[in-house]
Amino acid sequence: MNFKKILPQLLTLVVVILVFGFFSYNAQVNMENRGITFGYGFLSQESSFDVQFSLIEYDGSHSYFRAYLVGLLNTILVSVIGIVFATIIGVVVGIARLSNNYLIERTAAIYVEFFRNIPLLLQIFFWYFAALRALPLPEKAEPIFGVFFLTIKGFFVPAFIWNNLDIFIYSLIAAIIAIVFVRVYAKKKQENQGIQTPVLLISIGLLIILPLLSFLLGGVNASIEIPVIEQLSQTSFTYKGGLKLPPELISLALALSLYTATFIAECVRAGVQGVSKGQKEAAASIGLNPNQVLKLVVMPQALRIIIPPTTNQYLNLTKNSSLAAAIAYPDLVLVFAGTALMQTGRAIEIVSITMLTYLTLSITISIFMNWYNKKIAIKEK
Amino acid sequence: MFKLVKRLTSVVAMFAVLFTFTTETMAAKKSKTLKNTQKKGFVRCGVSQGLPGFSNADAAGNWTGVDVDVCRAVAAAVLGDSSKVKFTPLSAKERFTALTSNEIDILSRNTTWTLSRDADIGLTFVGVNFYDGQGFMVRKNSGISSVNDFKAGVSACTNLGTTTELNMRDFFNSKGIKYEPVTFEKADEVVAAYDAGRCDTYTTDKSGLAAQRIKLSNPDDHMVLPETISKEPLGPVVRQGDSVWEDIVRWSLNTMIEAEEYGVTSANADMMKTSDNPAVKRLVGAEGELGAALGLDNEWSLRIIKQVGNYGESYKRNIADTGILPDRGPNELWTKGGILYVPPAR
Repeated sequence: MNFKKILPQLLTLVVVILVFGFFSYNAQVNMENRGITFGYGFLSQESSFDVQFSLIEYDGSHSYFRAYLVGLLNTILVSVIGIVFATIIGVVVGIARLSNNYLIERTAAIYVEFFRNIPLLLQIFFWYFAALRALPLPEKAEPIFGVFFLTIKGFFVPAFIWNNLDIFIYSLIAAIIAIVFVRVYAKKKQENQGIQTPVLLISIGLLIILPLLSFLLGGVNASIEIPVIEQLSQTSFTYKGGLKLPPELISLALALSLYTATFIAECVRAGVQGVSKGQKEAAASIGLNPNQVLKLVVMPQALRIIIPPTTNQYLNLTKNSSLAAAIAYPDLVLVFAGTALMQTGRAIEIVSITMLTYLTLSITISIFMNWYNKKIAIKEK
Repeated sequence: MFKLVKRLTSVVAMFAVLFTFTTETMAAKKSKTLKNTQKKGFVRCGVSQGLPGFSNADAAGNWTGVDVDVCRAVAAAVLGDSSKVKFTPLSAKERFTALTSNEIDILSRNTTWTLSRDADIGLTFVGVNFYDGQGFMVRKNSGISSVNDFKAGVSACTNLGTTTELNMRDFFNSKGIKYEPVTFEKADEVVAAYDAGRCDTYTTDKSGLAAQRIKLSNPDDHMVLPETISKEPLGPVVRQGDSVWEDIVRWSLNTMIEAEEYGVTSANADMMKTSDNPAVKRLVGAEGELGAALGLDNEWSLRIIKQVGNYGESYKRNIADTGILPDRGPNELWTKGGILYVPPAR
């Protein structure tokens, strides 16, 4: 009886192993025939190519592994920016779609239908080349507030030059820990004595005062470096100093967030509409004001519907960021599965590493969102 | 009785071994790629996604270019018809994988011959059909007239996955200039980005620059700087491990170049059969048994010259007459001051 149950599973396992074994054996034989060696040793070799935009120090004298990290961090950067903006736009548009105001509701609906029905790659090209055509050359750029310069060669913004940056960061961490304690204390106080504490005000105060103290007492100071125009030749200019966001990053982040936001907006709408009308009426009947109804009754229930499909959208956005190669944003696919693959010719090794990396990224996002989902799920008592 | 059966089987077995041995050597001679090509009835050729003069498709899907002609020559030699080629457009990134994974049998896609490509990743370069070098294109009004005029902060647009990326770093490093590399997967995007002003310079092989300049909105506003910063011998590539096929591709290319050297053209090839020069007669298959050495018939080289033409004809048709590079430069025959020099066909 038991054996009968296990047999199909055992057979499936054997078949899977055989198929996998066949393919790896086949690859091995073919590679041997063509004199291709297999190994990850190349990762420590000098890469000898440069990358235009990197969060860590990198140039061609570093290793291929370092180039991999550059690509990975750039992928994470554009994904995080994309996720943050997609969430903000998505929530706003999702709620706007439920608005009683006809104009707002229609605008939101048109936005959603328009952006989610055009292939993402086209949108990326559109934003990139539209941006390139529309943006001024560096010498013709009008400064925004005198210090920001949006040009075809990138968005040049002032940079902070820090002294004792670590102390400043510690003060921020300390402030966050303090806020957590205040919240726990406030909750207890409310449960025991029924007195509400203004947690938000205290939190903001802590976030301002502690870092301020680090400036006054900890010897932290920051000077601001403003980008200055520089002439490269008779007709070509660029900016020096400050921080530069390449136009590739801006247009990719823009395209990704506008596209993904449409799906998130639909998740939000579904979530809010999924809470039954009776809940709101019941909440109102026990004397909660509309804000409290939304915060204490509707949102907690809506979030349970919103979170799982939104997780999918976060995963999609992260994976879609690999379209970056089309517009020269140096993400993991362009730097590692592109240039590094070409220069070393190690297709199997590099593609396997890249696949594993995306898998790890996606699983990390999944685990975090599942944890959050569990946290807000109904706790049966 | 048993003894007889035993003896009989051993004899049969011996014959069987002998037979398989002989058929195997014949098969080896014929080469797997050659056999597959003849069975399919077309040559599978990997080309660029559109580089005028080298490999470019017109609106009707007809491919032309000097790289395309190499594949056509092989088709003429192997299948007897230069039109029996299936072209696969490939990006720089895809090209080697397509070849090693058996998607194509010849890669003729302005590919630079380097040691690591030849030795490390299962490829074999069979020759050079264009001697090139990396250069820079700039706007004429920029006042930059030499590579020495570049300043730190210069942004350079180029293609992903090419030797260009490496040469560019070597070059700017040796000058001590900090630069911004902007690398795209497809050439069309590089051109569009440079055209829009994203980059101060566009760098790739000089032939590529000359060809892509035509695609800019105002080609006359741009110029290619005189300096050449690298050696880029471009040539067809085959998979490692099929030496017969490798020889066929190599000698198809060599035939075109040698035909020019001896003045054999598509127009006069048939008449050359009665030439007094034995080298010319060998070239058109009127003397010697050169085809058999490659596993082909003896008219293979004649078909190449008649259907595709010699190298000079191909260059004129594709590169000179289209205004890309009217001056042949190093791609002139060694007898006329260039460096085109191929081993003799004999």
